[in-house]
Amino acid sequence: MSLFHVLGFGVKIGHLFWMLCCWFVSWFVDNGIEDNNNNKSGLLVGSVGDLEKTNKMTTLKKKNFFNRISTCGLKIPSFSYQFLGSVKFNKTWWRKLVVAWVVFWLLVSIWTFWYFSSQAMEKRKETLTSMCDERARMLQDQFNVSMNHVQAMSILISTFHHGKIPSAIDQRTFSEYTDRTSFERPLTSGVAYAMRVLHSEREEFERQQGWTIRRMDSLEQNPVHKDEYDPEALEPSPVQEEYAPVIFAQDTVSHVVSLDMLSGKEDRENVLRARRSGKGVLTAPFPLIKTNRLGVILTFAVYKRDLPSNATPKERIEATNGYLGGVFDIESLVENLLQQLASKQTILVNVYDTTNHSQPISMYGSNVFVDELERVSLLNFGDPFRKHEMRCRFKQKPPWPVLSMVTSFGILVIALLVAHIIHATVSRITKVEEDCHKMEQLKQKAEAADVAKSQFLATVSHEIRTPMNGVLGMLHMLMDTELDVTQQDYVRTAQASGKALVSLINEVLDQAKIESGNLELEDVRFDLRGILDDVLSLFSGKSQQKGVELAVYISDRVPEMLIGDPGRFRQILTNLMGNSIKFTEKGHIFVTVQLVEELFESIDGETALTPEGTLSGLPVADGQRSWENFKAFSSNGHRSFEPSPPDINLIVSVEDTGIGIPLEAQSRIFTPFMQVGPSISRTHGGTGIGLSISKCLVGLMKGEIGFSSTPKVGSTFTFTAVFSNGMQQTERKNDPQNNNNQLMCSEFRGMKAVVVDHRPARAKVSWYHFQRLGIRVEVVARVEQALHYMKIGTTTVNMILIEQEIWNREADVFIKKLQKEPLVLSPKLFLLANSVESSMPDAFCNGTDPPIVIVKPLRASMLAATLQRGLGIGNREPPQHKGPPALVLRNLLLGRKILIVDDNNVNLRVAAGALKKYGADVVCAESGIKAISLLKPPHEFDACFMDIQMPEMDGFEATKRIRDMEEEMNKRIQNGEALIVENGNKTSWHLPVLAMTADVIQATHEECLKCGMDGYVSKPFEAEQLYREVSRFFNSPSDTES
Amino acid sequence: MNTIVVGQLQRQFQDYIVSLYQQGYLDNQFTELRKLQDEGSPDFVAEVVSLFFDDCAKVINDMSTSLERPDHVDFKQVDSGVHQLKGSSSSVGARRVKNVCIAFKECCDVQNREGCLRCLQQVDYEYKMLKTKLQDLFNLEQQILQAGGTIPQVSMN
Repeated sequence: MSLFHVLGFGVKIGHLFWMLCCWFVSWFVDNGIEDNNNNKSGLLVGSVGDLEKTNKMTTLKKKNFFNRISTCGLKIPSFSYQFLGSVKFNKTWWRKLVVAWVVFWLLVSIWTFWYFSSQAMEKRKETLTSMCDERARMLQDQFNVSMNHVQAMSILISTFHHGKIPSAIDQRTFSEYTDRTSFERPLTSGVAYAMRVLHSEREEFERQQGWTIRRMDSLEQNPVHKDEYDPEALEPSPVQEEYAPVIFAQDTVSHVVSLDMLSGKEDRENVLRARRSGKGVLTAPFPLIKTNRLGVILTFAVYKRDLPSNATPKERIEATNGYLGGVFDIESLVENLLQQLASKQTILVNVYDTTNHSQPISMYGSNVFVDELERVSLLNFGDPFRKHEMRCRFKQKPPWPVLSMVTSFGILVIALLVAHIIHATVSRITKVEEDCHKMEQLKQKAEAADVAKSQFLATVSHEIRTPMNGVLGMLHMLMDTELDVTQQDYVRTAQASGKALVSLINEVLDQAKIESGNLELEDVRFDLRGILDDVLSLFSGKSQQKGVELAVYISDRVPEMLIGDPGRFRQILTNLMGNSIKFTEKGHIFVTVQLVEELFESIDGETALTPEGTLSGLPVADGQRSWENFKAFSSNGHRSFEPSPPDINLIVSVEDTGIGIPLEAQSRIFTPFMQVGPSISRTHGGTGIGLSISKCLVGLMKGEIGFSSTPKVGSTFTFTAVFSNGMQQTERKNDPQNNNNQLMCSEFRGMKAVVVDHRPARAKVSWYHFQRLGIRVEVVARVEQALHYMKIGTTTVNMILIEQEIWNREADVFIKKLQKEPLVLSPKLFLLANSVESSMPDAFCNGTDPPIVIVKPLRASMLAATLQRGLGIGNREPPQHKGPPALVLRNLLLGRKILIVDDNNVNLRVAAGALKKYGADVVCAESGIKAISLLKPPHEFDACFMDIQMPEMDGFEATKRIRDMEEEMNKRIQNGEALIVENGNKTSWHLPVLAMTADVIQATHEECLKCGMDGYVSKPFEAEQLYREVSRFFNSPSDTES
Repeated sequence: MNTIVVGQLQRQFQDYIVSLYQQGYLDNQFTELRKLQDEGSPDFVAEVVSLFFDDCAKVINDMSTSLERPDHVDFKQVDSGVHQLKGSSSSVGARRVKNVCIAFKECCDVQNREGCLRCLQQVDYEYKMLKTKLQDLFNLEQQILQAGGTIPQVSMN
């Protein structure tokens, strides 16, 4: 029960406490907010009228706050951090608050302690009171009962002793009667009757009774022991006016017979008082005769006749016949009484006669007090003259007030804990704030350092690049001079190293740019297949040298033209393929470009990758592992990947059969300057920055890059990139590259070829390349099948393409069969070989034309050229791109009409002279304004070289004006307002404008591009740079002529 | 006889032009400029160089009037003149002139009038110096041509 109470109380306290906490915190925050608000309103509005508004706001916030508290009690820490952390509190203020909190709760706990202990005290007191009162009442009741009976007995005596003559009562009758009725008087130990005897009657009385009246005061003075009591030894009473000798006595007090009651001091007073009042009268407690125990004697007067209640004392004295006394042995009697009550052990009872207030006479009980607490109950024994009281005390001291102590202590502990929490939180917050501040500073420092690093890199790279250009230019010039073979070799080596250095610096610049976030991708249309052809041709030399098969396959579903940054795409591919070719000694490198959707469809079909299924028949790393972690795919299985229609999601994989990446190095493969190991860079060179740049670039293209690699088997790098479809524009006919392709296509359109290849992957690549030229391809696995096909085929087969592998194996069979049964229209025979040296068929017999060798990697232009040669069609010389730049430049610039704009006469002349040397038709303009007037479309210029820094109108401004004019013109052309003038093929105007500038700072370059320029050349002209820039706009003259 | 004279002249020409390079009067660009001269434009170099010197005279004159104005110097105008000179000189390959121009431009940027005046004098001196040197060179060329020889290609190192 009490435990339950304690628990309940605890819960209540806890609740109260929580509420207090909430209130406390909220008050706190509100104060903070209020302060802020007030400040704000003061600052912003500065009027008193707005204070009300602010208060409203505050109350609103308060409500919000309470809602929050009630809903998210658990979020308190983070929340308090948010709120308290945001408001800057004074630390000392916090400390004061904590102290106030502790003091407050200390007071509360003291109060609680006091309250509880007083409560317990009260309860104890009540218990004592009730117990004491109960005892007093009982004692009183019993006493009254006894008294009533004694009174009744007095009437009995008056009736039967004095009323009857002779008396009906003698000593024996009396004692017997009283003995038998003693249960009626539970508190009396005995009763006795004393008769009133006047002195005149003494002699007769003594004679009648046979004894003398004896005095008892001597007995009172020398109390004797019980056993030594001898009534005969007592002295006879001296002569008095009247006597009250005891004539009848109960057996228990039979020793008082013949004693004169008037001789005893107490008894005399008692007797006199009793006959005066006619009521029961009590003596003060005194030691009883013989027993010596404390006793009280109750005395009733026995009258001769029934007196009226208003009889005067004198009448009463007159009528007095005798006195009946009852002896109350208080000690034993009270003892007996208390024995009957429960819980007698718990309290001590004392009974006092307090008639004399200053000297209360103890009637019962010991004076040993343990407890302070005392209860006094008044006892009324029917005698108004005598006053008695009962004093009760607990036997034991009050128990320790454990409950109140525990409670208050608990409260204190909780309060201290909360204070501690608050304190800890505050110090934590300040600490976190400090840390945060520190970290911010560190972050700023780090960022500054990073920026400084990037700037340093950029600057240094730039500074290196500029003189490097000088070095390279000089080397180039040196090569033009007459040198012997050794010297030329040295120069070539020096130039190659210089170029490598420049490319490295470019890479570092790229990295710095990516890190500083300055790299932006272009959005131009480009031909993906063309780019792959380019990259392939870049590596073809090396692959042929190594005997590694290089192949590209681009899915049909990839649009021909895409919009994106071709340069960066190319950079990624070059990086990956460069790595592949560096680490691959045998086997193949296979680049696949697909749409992501296509890839998913294909995995649903077949997933098994057997070694036989790969390009070169060597096992490869599992490509699927390289992209299965891509975020775009892995979110909810493959199917969740839904490409948005205008975007083209390409997935490009570069698969090689190289040495693979060691497992321990795979984790840091994309970290800048991290290579597999130091030995790698020693054997293979490179800086290890390429992959990191590639990753960044892929990221910029909204794609992801991944790889899977098995050491000694090979690696597969896969990346995705998002481009826009470039096919939506209708003006594709004018695209020169496309033109080129179509030209090639037209020659082979409608032809049919049979490819003999037993490897499906390789056959697919061949198929793809022939398909691009418009040739229909049939793939068969064996030579016999090819021959069979040609025999039964309804259409003529123009060419047979045989894989070198098969040729080496089955050449004899083939030739024999061909000789045995020659076909009507003999198709041309081509051999697909990896390298020129190994491809010369030695087992070839005379009689048939030797097959023409197509050296892989297959590329559209190369393939077309070889086929043309083989089939003897389109005798057009393939455009020679390889040759000294000067020559090519001449090719490019011959007959071009070029405008040069420069305010500096000398520069103008020099530039004009340089371009004229390459055969260009040069027109000069001295100012931007003149240039604009010359370039107002329609005009016949093919390009414009423009100085940037010119008075009146600088190059940027002029270019902007020119672009504006062109745009206007284009609009008019589209609307059909303007006729398409003599340059018939021009449906849109965009004149290539190149900036001429002496400072080749990157910023200037970017500025150039921003203003609509197409590029820049440094002044004075350098042949190679000029070529690089010019070749972007002009195709070889043969193209434009045709 | 003639061939000996021609050879002598050619050697003289070669030595002279090399000394010009070595003394820093000319740089690579001058070589480039000479490369541009062919049958189509036989006097290309002389033409360009004389154009350059005319420009120099004019610009220097302009700048000196600007700089000698006592009250307010129009540094902007001076700057554009220096820029033009710098561009021209680098196009022609007049190295010393170009270097002075670079210093000149720095003075101009900080609006140091004294420095500008000093640079102006230097530029004036340098271009006149170059003018006489090139005049000598062209004379030598003419002599070679008159003697029936060809102008030798000069390899620069």
